[in-house]
Amino acid sequence: MKLELREITKRFGSLVANDHIDLVVQPGEIRALLGENGAGKTTLMNVLYGLIQPDEGEILIDNEPVHIRSPKDAIRAGIGMVHQHFMLVPVFTVAENVTLGVERTRGFGGLLDRKRTRSDVLELSEQFGLQVNPDALVGELPVGIQQRVEIIKALLRDANTLVLDEPTAVLTPGETEDLFRIMRSLREGGRSIVFISHKLKEVQAIADNITIIRRGQVVGERPPSTTGAELAALMVGRAVQLRVSKEPAKPAGVRLTVHNLTVADERGEPAVRGVSFEVRGGEILGIAGVQGNGQTELCEALLGLRPSSGTVSLDGNDLSAATTRDRLRAGIGYVPEDRQEDGLVGAFSVADNMVLDVYDRPPYASGIALNLDQIKTAATELVSEYDVRTSSVQTPVGTLSGGNQQKVIVARELSRDNKMLLASQPTRGLDVGSIEFVHKQIVAQRDRGVAVVIVSSELDEIYALSDRIAVMYEGRIVGFREPDISEADLGLLMAGSSAEAESRSVQDALPPDQALELPGAVEGDDAE
Amino acid sequence: MTTLTAAVRAPLTADRKWLATGTFAFLGVIDVLIFGLLAHKGDAGFVLSASGTIHIPVIKVPAAAICYVLGALTIAIAALRGTFDLSQTQKRWAIAGVLVFFLVALLCWADAGAIPLNIIGMGQGALASSIPLILGALAGCLSERSGVINIAIEGQLLFGSFTAAIVASAFGGLWVGLVAGSLAGGLVGLLLAVFAITFLMDQIILGVVLNVLALGMTDYLYDRLMAQNPNYNTGVSFGSIRIPGLADIPVIGPIFFDSTIFLYITYVAVIAIQVALFSTRWGLRVRAVGEHPTAADTVGIPVLWIRYRNVILGGLLAGIGGAFLTVGSVGSFNPDISSGFGYIALAALIFGRWTPLGSLAAALLFGFSLELALVLPTVNPVLPPAIMNMAPYVATIIAVAGLVGKVRAPAADGQPYVKA
Amino acid sequence: MIIEAVTQGSSTVMTILSIFLALVVGGILILFTDPIVTKAWSSFFSDPGNALAQSWDSVSFAYSQMFEGAILNPSTVSAAFHGGSIAAIFYPLSATCAQATPLILTGLSVAIAFRAGLFNIGAAGQWVGGAIVATWLGFGVSLPIVIHVIVCVIGGFVGGAAIGWFVGLLKAKTGAHEVIVTIMLNYVMYDLLSYLLSHPAMLQQPHQTNQIAPFIANDANLPHVGGPAPQAGVGFLIAVAAAAACAWLLSRSTTGFQFRTVGASPSAARSAGINVEKSWIWVMLLAGGLAGLSAATVVQGTNTQLTFNSYGTYGPDGITVALLGRAKPWGTVLAGLLFGALHVGGTYVAGATLNQVPDDIVQVLEGLIVLFVAAPALIRAVFRLRATSGTGMEAAAKGWNG
Repeated sequence: MKLELREITKRFGSLVANDHIDLVVQPGEIRALLGENGAGKTTLMNVLYGLIQPDEGEILIDNEPVHIRSPKDAIRAGIGMVHQHFMLVPVFTVAENVTLGVERTRGFGGLLDRKRTRSDVLELSEQFGLQVNPDALVGELPVGIQQRVEIIKALLRDANTLVLDEPTAVLTPGETEDLFRIMRSLREGGRSIVFISHKLKEVQAIADNITIIRRGQVVGERPPSTTGAELAALMVGRAVQLRVSKEPAKPAGVRLTVHNLTVADERGEPAVRGVSFEVRGGEILGIAGVQGNGQTELCEALLGLRPSSGTVSLDGNDLSAATTRDRLRAGIGYVPEDRQEDGLVGAFSVADNMVLDVYDRPPYASGIALNLDQIKTAATELVSEYDVRTSSVQTPVGTLSGGNQQKVIVARELSRDNKMLLASQPTRGLDVGSIEFVHKQIVAQRDRGVAVVIVSSELDEIYALSDRIAVMYEGRIVGFREPDISEADLGLLMAGSSAEAESRSVQDALPPDQALELPGAVEGDDAE
Repeated sequence: MTTLTAAVRAPLTADRKWLATGTFAFLGVIDVLIFGLLAHKGDAGFVLSASGTIHIPVIKVPAAAICYVLGALTIAIAALRGTFDLSQTQKRWAIAGVLVFFLVALLCWADAGAIPLNIIGMGQGALASSIPLILGALAGCLSERSGVINIAIEGQLLFGSFTAAIVASAFGGLWVGLVAGSLAGGLVGLLLAVFAITFLMDQIILGVVLNVLALGMTDYLYDRLMAQNPNYNTGVSFGSIRIPGLADIPVIGPIFFDSTIFLYITYVAVIAIQVALFSTRWGLRVRAVGEHPTAADTVGIPVLWIRYRNVILGGLLAGIGGAFLTVGSVGSFNPDISSGFGYIALAALIFGRWTPLGSLAAALLFGFSLELALVLPTVNPVLPPAIMNMAPYVATIIAVAGLVGKVRAPAADGQPYVKA
Repeated sequence: MIIEAVTQGSSTVMTILSIFLALVVGGILILFTDPIVTKAWSSFFSDPGNALAQSWDSVSFAYSQMFEGAILNPSTVSAAFHGGSIAAIFYPLSATCAQATPLILTGLSVAIAFRAGLFNIGAAGQWVGGAIVATWLGFGVSLPIVIHVIVCVIGGFVGGAAIGWFVGLLKAKTGAHEVIVTIMLNYVMYDLLSYLLSHPAMLQQPHQTNQIAPFIANDANLPHVGGPAPQAGVGFLIAVAAAAACAWLLSRSTTGFQFRTVGASPSAARSAGINVEKSWIWVMLLAGGLAGLSAATVVQGTNTQLTFNSYGTYGPDGITVALLGRAKPWGTVLAGLLFGALHVGGTYVAGATLNQVPDDIVQVLEGLIVLFVAAPALIRAVFRLRATSGTGMEAAAKGWNG
């Protein structure tokens, strides 16, 4: 079916999230929607799926206007959506999730027909090569498999057009290849796909046509043969230095030593199994790996937020039994993975958040009394130094944009005299400008002699920042490598395989002059 | 974030295993030291047959000895719990075993050298005391499984019992009273639904406020109407209905099959809701709404309607539970007749992990402790009534603190659903 | 987030409108239960004027009596001009302040716990704890004059604090949810009080069969102004001082910062190094102590003997006062004064109408006020106001797991 969005406009107060957007998807086409975080892609898809109503514009299917007022209407119109944040109930099985809303029943009273449901799921699974176990609990599945469940869910409802919103954010390069294979297979079957992403290289690898969107507007349509530089420039609106420039590292002595760290998760299963590593001052260790392999637990254990066995020592001090407060005082700076949940108190002002971990020390407090003026002054200075865009230091930090929130955390943590910095997913969900800023700050810390550990599932970030790379898989570090390792090989390590020779055949399967590099790693035109 | 695993951020400050072991050991020690050592000389007697059924001789056992034995067994279970990693089922059997031993030891201690305890009567009484707890817990289950916290069970019970009493007394007789009580509970449920779902008020606070309102209203109306005019509070109540055949089974028969209509309603409700929640399309959708309302919304399930419906249904059920407190038992209403039962029902729900069968087990336990508080002081005057009255509440605290473990409420419980 | 939703709640206008609406609903309740009015309405079609007149009379009488009892009785003013006592003009206000005293303190108890993210439904049980200790120190111990008063007050604080500490400890060590534990403890404490008051060896007045404690020593009573009971006194000053201390603690101290952070986001607090569990224990201890202080001010009033239901409605009232006061210390004082006025008015009305309008109406009014204040959308709809930027107690993210 031919899908067209015409002049779609959506405003949220004074913010125009979608500004007269036109988009056409022909039958059997893979159309990419390319734009950076915050450009308006997800809003547009929510309009298409009936989750929100546009202020202006219309949607046409096979040249007939349709009114999509709810997801039910969208499904009826043949649109299936795989959301960026999965719409799956973790405690239900695959089969239950897939048939929710269109359940098979038998007898009277609506008793669930589990047998028929199971066979429905298996049928679709075979047809498109989406291997799943219908009785598995979704919450226990790896993210790549969860995504398949979402796709089967859409297919079960006879979707003709599938919308995939940032599907590769959580996949290894190998799994991304699998996904592309599935997408091509769906296309052969006559379905069209809208592929939303901010990753240039992927979009170039899989799309038939690319629509670039920036700040709510369509700024261009290009074929996939367009250069990465041109696409990036359209996406961001200026020439961007996509990889921070940095001097070679000048590492000093070892500052952080982690030995045989073992951490259990909520259920008592080992999430981190005997991890050991060392980081020197003036060096950045990048821990790569797909989300869910123990990185979160590792970071929490290093901060004392989770019980662990093994040793952690910083500049010779054994912190293994220290409380979180003592570890922070001992010189650890911490940028947590979930900034809104763990890094900031949304209801508190910017100023209060700036002193979240030092509020009871001079000069911010004398004895039990707070020095409110001192807090305000210090916060004002930090806000200007770290370029936090806010009208005042008393504004609640929850009203700031993601990028500015992260800057508050960075300002707070990096303005201390740290011996070590631990930053987990430091640029998740940020726009390019903020990404640049945060990366610069992290490199600056390194250059001051701090031992830096970053944890990231964005490979381009790992490559951009790391002086050394460690790969985590199923709770263990499966290898330390130099940053000149190819992405294919790194991808294999992340997937648990150590057969690096495999990469050769994978490379051959792709279009020429396109190594399986993930976008963002553009050999950008340097600062001009 | 695309990960689905909910991260529990708080490190548990007391390992659950040691907590359970400690609680078991504590109970075992009580068995031995208090029940065993401090028991009067003599035997404890248990009457196990009711009039008209097959006669079973009174069972007499040496009280102190039994207590020692049960205490030793409990401590053995504690040791097992602490040493080995038991499976979920084994852990539950352990809790059940320890509790049963404790109860038997308690009974032996209380009855040593005194007139035999009428187990049949106690069983009937315990079951009766449990009815408002079970129905209240089911009300909470319906509501919370769809994502709305229901602290207002207390208010629903109270209002239901008042309305049933006044309507039955003055306006229409028992059955009309029962229906009116149910509707009264449903009304409180409606208020809860409107303020929680549409006005987005915090659900815990809302529940407490509704309870305060219900207490104030019933106090006021009692003073204004019932105290002035006894016709409004005549004390009528349902008689029991004997189920032929089943009621003749020894021991079990008189307890489970010879009671008011309320008990039978409770049986039906427990089974119906258990099956509906976990084996039907209706239940799947309800649970989806309670776990991940956005996901349910995206597949076209009407989230807000389901929440409204469930909360009101729960209220209707709790209203029946409240009606039991008046027209199902003593007949007349007095202020604060529900005295915290709604909260105990809530504890039973949590203890039962938000399932009807689990809540049933927990509610029976609490009901039994309520019954004990009533009966034991009459059998053994040594026990001060005031302290015995505390028993069910203390039991709840111990249960919630020591034995509940890591409970997982429906993921979206308490979070109003607002479309982005 | 619930906490700032409560503290930055709707504007004064909304509050006043909520109170008005509550009075209207309360008025309807009064009408429904007044036999004269119902009789008049049954013959509405033959004599509509009578029905309306009777309705108006009933409600206006009730509310005007409340006003006279709690705020100002115009007859005392005119009497003063004719040589009567000037002090008598202030008796209603004095009574209001006196009734407000324990309400403000239990309100503070609930409010301070709430700021740290805890629902202290157990102020009543903590109150009982404080009452037991203060009473026993009052009659069971002999001390010189000023010291005795102070010791009893401190004893009240300690008694309540002990119960509060226990709740916090259970939550910290076992994760037991404080809503259930506090409510259960309430009933336990009620029963404990009953038990203690049944034994002369413990708290029962000798030669008494009722559950009632002896009078406490005269020198242990808190001083107060003259006039008919209840009279405002040092207790009121204690309440105001406590509010000031809480206000300072919450906004200007490191401990208060800690409590507020834990309340707003326990996970962010943990990541910042704050010991969340210890904070819970401390704040519950403090909350319990405040409820215990509330008991001390009552128990140490003149001619009061502790009975098995002295705790009255102070617990739930504390909750409604705290909610109305947006969980802020000074707001709690104002809310406490309002509800104190309602209580005094309620007793007055019950007397004036020969219990046709029992004082339970006050409980209903309180509940209604809080409900309406919490649902600005409702008020707006009723009064056709435009939406303001302020929101009510909305968008809670708190469930059973905190």
